[in-house]
Amino acid sequence: MSTLLSAQGISKSFGGLKALNNCSLNVEKGAVNGLIGPNGSGKTTLFNVITGYVTPDSGTVSFEGADVTGARPDKVFSLGIGRTFQLTRIFARISVLENMLIATQHNESWIKGLIRSKSTKSEVDNAMSLLDFVGISRLAGLQAGALSYGQRKLLELAYVLVSDPDVILLDEPAGGVNLTLINNIAEKIRLLNQQGKTFLIVEHNMEFVMGVCDRVTVMHQGSDLTTGAPAVVRQDPRVLDAYLGGGDDDDDDDDDLREAVANV
Amino acid sequence: MKLLSKNLGWVVFFAALALFPLVVTNPFYTSIGVYALLFMASATSWNMFSGYSGYIALGSAVFFGVGAYTEALLALHWHVPANGNLFWLVPLGGIIATAFAVPIGWISLRVRRHTFVVITIAVFFIFQLSAINFSFTGGSSGLALPYITWSAADFNNPFYYAGLILVVFITLVSAFVRRSRFGLQLLAIRDDEDRAMGLGVQVTAIKITGFTMSAFAIGCAGAIYALFQGQIYPQFVFDPTFDVSVALMVFLGGIGTLAGPLLGALVLESAQQYLTATYSNNSLYLLLFGGLFLIVIMFMPQGVVPFVRDKLTKRTDLERAAVAANDVSSPSPVAPSTPTEVTA
Repeated sequence: MSTLLSAQGISKSFGGLKALNNCSLNVEKGAVNGLIGPNGSGKTTLFNVITGYVTPDSGTVSFEGADVTGARPDKVFSLGIGRTFQLTRIFARISVLENMLIATQHNESWIKGLIRSKSTKSEVDNAMSLLDFVGISRLAGLQAGALSYGQRKLLELAYVLVSDPDVILLDEPAGGVNLTLINNIAEKIRLLNQQGKTFLIVEHNMEFVMGVCDRVTVMHQGSDLTTGAPAVVRQDPRVLDAYLGGGDDDDDDDDDLREAVANV
Repeated sequence: MKLLSKNLGWVVFFAALALFPLVVTNPFYTSIGVYALLFMASATSWNMFSGYSGYIALGSAVFFGVGAYTEALLALHWHVPANGNLFWLVPLGGIIATAFAVPIGWISLRVRRHTFVVITIAVFFIFQLSAINFSFTGGSSGLALPYITWSAADFNNPFYYAGLILVVFITLVSAFVRRSRFGLQLLAIRDDEDRAMGLGVQVTAIKITGFTMSAFAIGCAGAIYALFQGQIYPQFVFDPTFDVSVALMVFLGGIGTLAGPLLGALVLESAQQYLTATYSNNSLYLLLFGGLFLIVIMFMPQGVVPFVRDKLTKRTDLERAAVAANDVSSPSPVAPSTPTEVTA
């Protein structure tokens, strides 16, 4: 397998806090890549650096061999890197279908948007089939703000798929949703992966990570600790140390993690 | 025919506006009509950017004033005869206002939301002070336009119809923007700008374009106002209450809607002109407006038009039911989805 997306030696400080410290990550093409680590270990910051929301102090991000460090988020997206957010972000006051259409311009210039209708027949058909794929096509005409939290998670996954990205970054896809939906989302990810989509997933739910990911990178205090198959990583004493004895226990979520790691 | 029947309400509305000065010939009322139309155009234009994108601009009087001064200065410098030819300068007022909007938008849209509001207010005062202090603007005594000698009985009508053409024009543009990809992107920016950026929306370019487009009709309205008044003063064309009025009209009618700004401006500006003229009290309308806004904000915070529309269609109830029926967290398994009719 070849590397599709890679971050090398990324460092980023916010004031005195070193969120990322010489962190490296390779995303293998065609794989479901997992990214785990205690709270505050820099996973989301790394996502933000890769997708252009945050400019790193040092290090490079490359996608399909081309340097994309510091590119704006819309540029990164048009190259084929889609992402979701930890706290689900949808456009609340437009319809579910319109949410889907936002992502369709992909490589289109903004000037063209002035003179074209907001959708074509094929764009609507594609959007509807993706909504159908995640199971919320019946809600297409509703205002997105009316959706339940789980439905928002599904919508966010669906509109990232609209532009057919090569790699999809998911920030806690299973966070805050019930078990039925977690299994549902895991199944969608496996299905998309079989169709050739590459994933990078941040997740705290260990069961989910073990079940879905082909390889896992563990982060600790802003750096990558180790990378390998889930079964191998899970036995790594350094990983257990990071979770159990680490200096990152700033959040009560850690208790859940400790339990989760211990139980797996 | 289908297009006509679908937009019957609009056709009736504009037909009524077109017939108004023919039925009501009293200059007192047609004069109120002129002011109402200028504000309807301005509010619709303001809504086209600030309403759709959520970037509340409180400096639109800049474009109104630039349009008014452009009309006055060009009429004087080009020695345009005092007749209907003066109306040909109105689009130029809009174009110059649009040209000013490019650098203003470029600077003020570098910041988000609340800071943007403050910057637009600051820019407004720069323009007001400039108009008072530069000599080519006539300073605080303003400028007198060529004196038009039409008969008093139907003096207002040309201004009324110029205003009406402007309202129809900007309403069509606003409707077009709402249906375009560009308009959808403005709505996305309103709801979550960072998320929109992450889905490929070129937010900076979109915002500046929208801001600039909204200046044109406001500039034209300023130019017609200058012609109608015959004399302009910096404190009246660069008027801070214009900034606030336009925003309040849109909020009252329903921000982000097409009919809302028209309704809000029609009601508020007509009421203001009527009350000011009838009771020769300049601030009585402020009391009434204050009360009205309290009522609207308490009972229909989205504005009148969305409130009535949602009540008529029972949207909230229908949405709640549909969401619950489709929710995977409900005990019943998800039914296979049926093909849905969607109008895009």
